[in-house]
Amino acid sequence: MGAAPAARDVTSYGMGLAAPLALFFLVFFVAPLLQLFWLSLHNDTAGLHWGLGQYLHFLTDPFSLGVLGSTLLLGAEVTAVCLVLGFPIAWLYQRVGPKLQTVIILIVLLPLLTSVVVRTFAWIVILGRQGIINATLQSLGLIDTPLKLLYTQFGVVIALAQVQMPLMTLPLITALGRIDPNLDDASCSLGAGSWRTFFRIVLPLSLPGVIAGCTLTYAASITAFITQSLIGGGQMLFMPMYLYQQASTLQNWPFAAAISIIFLLAVLAVVSVFTTLGRMSRGYGGA
Amino acid sequence: MVDAPSGRSLVVDAVTHRYPSGALAVENINLDIKGGEIIALLGPSGCGKTTLLRIIAGFIAQTQGRIIIGDDIVDALPPNKRAVGIVFQNYALFPHLSISENVAYGLAARGIDKATRQREAQRLLELVQLPAMAERLPRQLSGGQQQRVALARALAIKPSILLLDEPFAALDKNLRLDMQIEVKRLQRVSGITTLIVTHDQEEALSMADRVAVLSHGKLEQFGSPSDVYDRPQTLFVNTFVGSTNRLPGVVVSADRTEAKVRLDAGAEIIARPAGGALSEGGRVTVCIRPEHLQFVGDETGFAGVVGMSLPLGATVVHEVTTADGSGVKVSQARIGETRALENGAAVRLAPLAPSLANAFPATL
Repeated sequence: MGAAPAARDVTSYGMGLAAPLALFFLVFFVAPLLQLFWLSLHNDTAGLHWGLGQYLHFLTDPFSLGVLGSTLLLGAEVTAVCLVLGFPIAWLYQRVGPKLQTVIILIVLLPLLTSVVVRTFAWIVILGRQGIINATLQSLGLIDTPLKLLYTQFGVVIALAQVQMPLMTLPLITALGRIDPNLDDASCSLGAGSWRTFFRIVLPLSLPGVIAGCTLTYAASITAFITQSLIGGGQMLFMPMYLYQQASTLQNWPFAAAISIIFLLAVLAVVSVFTTLGRMSRGYGGA
Repeated sequence: MVDAPSGRSLVVDAVTHRYPSGALAVENINLDIKGGEIIALLGPSGCGKTTLLRIIAGFIAQTQGRIIIGDDIVDALPPNKRAVGIVFQNYALFPHLSISENVAYGLAARGIDKATRQREAQRLLELVQLPAMAERLPRQLSGGQQQRVALARALAIKPSILLLDEPFAALDKNLRLDMQIEVKRLQRVSGITTLIVTHDQEEALSMADRVAVLSHGKLEQFGSPSDVYDRPQTLFVNTFVGSTNRLPGVVVSADRTEAKVRLDAGAEIIARPAGGALSEGGRVTVCIRPEHLQFVGDETGFAGVVGMSLPLGATVVHEVTTADGSGVKVSQARIGETRALENGAAVRLAPLAPSLANAFPATL
């Protein structure tokens, strides 16, 4: 028998290398999550009676559903603002010289380099009753009484959009950079104007970046506890604060756990819609 | 077949372009191209040929000079109003659109209705022999097929001028020849004035009616392929197009049509003053192509020693070292039984005819 030497499969890597991270996740992520789920299946705060009471309570309570709805809506609004403001920046980045590119990148990254708390307090200074905007408008004589900007949905959306902007702009810059500049010229030479080129070529080809940016911005803005609470104040309640109140103030741990699970599932649902869209648009990437 | 407003003339009138940095990209280029001609812009990379193409297409506004298509000065027109079709080196097909949508893109931009667009796209795909590919995406096609699509897309807008930027550079050798024949066929059928930018001299000589040779942003020569190959006007053209031997020497006597040159290699030969008048006693470079040198038996010509002989199939190339130490290549057709030359054999060489030795004033 001229048996061939035993071939070694070089594509199998030792799973051992992934073990430390896997262990970390198991102890600090999977286990608490399971504990949370277990907790949510109790009808009383003492954890003596099993049941789906907490979920039923949330899903039949108009107030709770309202908080969930306004949180998901907030995410959508912030994402839309980031997309509309971020796309032109990313587009500009691909069309300027290397010096200006450095400046743009610095401006885009700047929010990431300062603490969320600091950035949020800056917005309080800008949006407050005696803040920069109101003071300017009053000194120009455009308004008599200060506008209510702080503690409004508008204020939260604007502040969150600024805080989360890098998460939208960076994927967009990457996606636009991967588009062959000849495609622009080709479209133009075929008689298409700038708008047609943008809507038929640039926008569809940047979809993977748009979807990645939207997913990140959305997920980050609906869970942004600090900015939501400080700018929204006491009048505006979103899911993270609602959760915090139930757990910390009211000590209603099973209900807080149920809120967490429902919130988690809602976020996962939205993210998976984005991911599905991303998969559908994958055909657009690279020639 | 392609009922295009084809055969419009193209005039490049004293075009100069300066980069923002002040460096010259192209300098005082004049080209007078007749309707329906195929022109090759030939030159090494960085010679300004692509810049010139982009100026004609309207992507770059030249610093000076005019571009005239037919009777229209088009300098003020943006690229999307010039009706100039371009095939890019990397084809630049829209990756997210089907082949048929790619071809119909220019028609959609002109507001032509969908049914007409689809009919026209199908007709063009048949013209480039890809009728079955309409619904595929560009990445599902081979390089040669993608190029045919790029051609069909450019032809769809019925351009008055067709520009091809290094169109065959990315194709392998066999496919390149097929596509060159294909492009020439389509050009014949449509009669569209065509400009091909290339650094490949064989491509330029085989495809073009006339060749414009560029170097360092300047037009070195604009003439028929045989003019450029056989009667080069500058030393650059002689050395860039085809291969040549450069033999230094001194002018003994010269008039308009003939120059007697004493080569440093040790012989007096008659050469053609190719780059204008030569002055007696001036140093010159004589260019003789390998296939225009012959071995001579008598005491005429200059002496040399055979180094290596390379049998390349139809021809044999001999490397000969002359008395002044420079290397010379001699190419012989293999007709019947070619005389075998030993390594180290002493030989004498002479040009086949005076008109095949081009003398240029030596550049210092």
